[in-house]
Amino acid sequence: MSGLLPSPLLALRGIGKSFLGVRVLDGVDLQVRPGEVHAVVGENGAGKSTLMKVVSGVHQPDEGTVEFAGAQRTFRSPREAQQAGIGIVHQELTLLPERTVAENVWLGREPLRRGLVDRGAMLDRAAGLLASIGEGSLPPDTRVGRLGVAQQQVVEIVKALALDARLLIMDEPTAALADHEVDQLYTLVRRLQEHGMGVLYVSHRLKEVFDLSSRITVLKDGRAVTTLDTADTSADRLVRHMVGRELSSYYPDRAQPQELGPVRLTVRGAGNRKLRGIDLRLRAGEVLGVGGLQGSGRSALARALFGAAPFGTGQVAVDGAPVRLRSPRAAMRVGIAYVSEDRKGEGIVAEQSVLDNALLAVRAVRAVPPVRVSRGARTARVRELLAAVELRAAREDQEIRFLSGGNQQKVVLARWLALAPRILLFDEPTRGIDVGARSAIHDLVRRLARDGAAVLMVSSELPELLGMSDRIIVMRDGRIAGELSAGATEEEVVALAVGTAREAAG
Amino acid sequence: MSGALSPPARWTPPGVFVALALTLAIGWLVVTVDGGRLFSLPTTVSLLHVAAGLGLVAVGQTVVVVGGSLDLSVAYTVSLSTLVAAEAMAGDDGALLPAIGLTLAVSATIGLVNGLLVTLARINPFIATVGVGLLLKGYLDNGYDGPTGKTAPALVQGLGYQRVGPVPLAFLLLLAVAAAAWFVLARTRFGHHLIAVGGDPEVARLSGVRTSRVLVTAHVLCALCAGLAGVYLASRLGAGAPRVGTEGLYDLESIAAVVLGGTALAGGRGGVVGTVGGVLLLASIDAVFNQLEVDVFFKQVIRGVIIIAAVAVYARRAMRKAS
Repeated sequence: MSGLLPSPLLALRGIGKSFLGVRVLDGVDLQVRPGEVHAVVGENGAGKSTLMKVVSGVHQPDEGTVEFAGAQRTFRSPREAQQAGIGIVHQELTLLPERTVAENVWLGREPLRRGLVDRGAMLDRAAGLLASIGEGSLPPDTRVGRLGVAQQQVVEIVKALALDARLLIMDEPTAALADHEVDQLYTLVRRLQEHGMGVLYVSHRLKEVFDLSSRITVLKDGRAVTTLDTADTSADRLVRHMVGRELSSYYPDRAQPQELGPVRLTVRGAGNRKLRGIDLRLRAGEVLGVGGLQGSGRSALARALFGAAPFGTGQVAVDGAPVRLRSPRAAMRVGIAYVSEDRKGEGIVAEQSVLDNALLAVRAVRAVPPVRVSRGARTARVRELLAAVELRAAREDQEIRFLSGGNQQKVVLARWLALAPRILLFDEPTRGIDVGARSAIHDLVRRLARDGAAVLMVSSELPELLGMSDRIIVMRDGRIAGELSAGATEEEVVALAVGTAREAAG
Repeated sequence: MSGALSPPARWTPPGVFVALALTLAIGWLVVTVDGGRLFSLPTTVSLLHVAAGLGLVAVGQTVVVVGGSLDLSVAYTVSLSTLVAAEAMAGDDGALLPAIGLTLAVSATIGLVNGLLVTLARINPFIATVGVGLLLKGYLDNGYDGPTGKTAPALVQGLGYQRVGPVPLAFLLLLAVAAAAWFVLARTRFGHHLIAVGGDPEVARLSGVRTSRVLVTAHVLCALCAGLAGVYLASRLGAGAPRVGTEGLYDLESIAAVVLGGTALAGGRGGVVGTVGGVLLLASIDAVFNQLEVDVFFKQVIRGVIIIAAVAVYARRAMRKAS
């Protein structure tokens, strides 16, 4: 190391970690300097999460040393790492919905006055921290359960800030954020950087990595493959390091006009508490993208079509026949499947096996046409489907929670495919899924459309929305703000989403 | 963003107090039509005594339930405590304070064992505390046939029978213990941490909360409350009674009171104020039925229906909130 560079805030040397004999980390070296945003990228299963957990004291390394602020440290618990000044913003939100913003922010280190929790100080200081990052409008005595995902993320960051952390670990911080919220996060990260804080930034979104980081460490199969200066690196090169594959092959081909079939789904004048005047037609063989900001009704639309939060007004027809989608079960009966954005909460039964998860829907709706088969044949069919979704490296009796996000999503897909659905609703199908598995999911979605399914895909990621969709509708304030054809640009989508573009007529 | 925020959630009195008022009103009406008096002095005093005994146990139960655990050994802890207290006092006022101290120490030990089984041994609280309860039951069944020992007369006169107007001293003790528990939950780090552990143990752990320590403490507090209930019952009975806890159904009734009070059985939400309401509700139903001389079995059926209905109402409300 050159003597001109500031000494590292964090230095990992030869970190190794195994779980049940499986080597998850192997000789990882990594250094973070004060004021540096150091990105860590890699496919799911590459060891990113485990490495972050080692740094934050959740796991202890089997080999290697952790040096923080000039001293060699062994963090035996998250608490010790926190006290040393390492804050972490977790991938999954770790907040208590029943408690207030302030109570969540100070959890574990509530300010005291005369031995008692000082509620006034808790509220004031939380308000101060919120204001310091430009979120002063968020009242600190609100119950977190009442906040949207993006606001909860803000609370999560404030919680880490409240530690006076010198190193902040951000694990997929934008996974749940809409694009304009990501900009706010950028501002925030840069502000932290100016204060000399080191940031370990884990993300699947390469754009963010390039926008924010000064150096990038690529993890693959538990090893640190390389550390690159961001300025001297291209996205192509980075992806090659990660998966050995060029960026250009990202999205499968769109549907050709002759591949589009009859109209599968028609919605006329439908609405509920979150949606108004929804009119849309979805054809067999097509992928209809749904864009919009968080809370614009894009998820509500998918949930309404699946009967999870049904329409109160309007008409819906499937293959020309009017239907009433009053419950998920009713939707499943007419051949509608739904992949939730909240995989952990709504997609999987974490403690059940891969096979049980895949069989869930088919067991629930025994005789949905056209699947009318015996139990053994049903299991066999699901096994085929698991193979068809290219589920790798998993035994079917393994609990699904031990699988990577990408593999979990494949199981969820197989579950729905078992019902041979005619209409598939995807809400953020690749949220929290790494680049490699992401392409696999994209290919699957396209294959399903090609096989004659009508696909509606909600996505907050513009490249995905633009890359996958044959047609795009953009939601705003619970209505369809406009429709775009396949060649649309990011700017057009954003303009409709935030309302700077004139609404499409009708 | 995520739409307009509704104003911050303020504390609203649990529905249990509405139910309590209704029960008292309807009960009064029915009892009066029947020719009795619900709010006569003896009835009121007895209602408050019932509430005091159950309440002490239920406040402790609230503490563990809020933390996402549960204690099914309380009934046996109560029984054992009456015996320890009465035997150690042996009718001697001079032995009063040491005897109470010994009783509380014994019950705290039971809580400690419960807590360690739940945290260190990671045994499901249901199984762990039932196991400890059965252990105590074995000891009680083997060693005692009937009332044993003699409670210090001062305690009998004081805690057992002293009143301020219609309010027994024991009920004031309950209010004091409940107030202390409220204070602990709302104003101490331990309380905040306990609610967090009940809400999501992993979140609490990742936030640096020592989850095991918090849960063990909660179990000790719960057992201490049961021990206190034992001391009170010894003061009422004048002796130790090896079956008083189980006959009083203190385990299940205390959980019923906690749930009626709006505390989530899964933990993380609720508090002692609601529990006191739940206790008063159960005691009032008891008093009304006693006045009406309702068949004991029918009484149990009605209580069951009320508890199920109350939980159903909470569940509906929780669903509305979630949607």
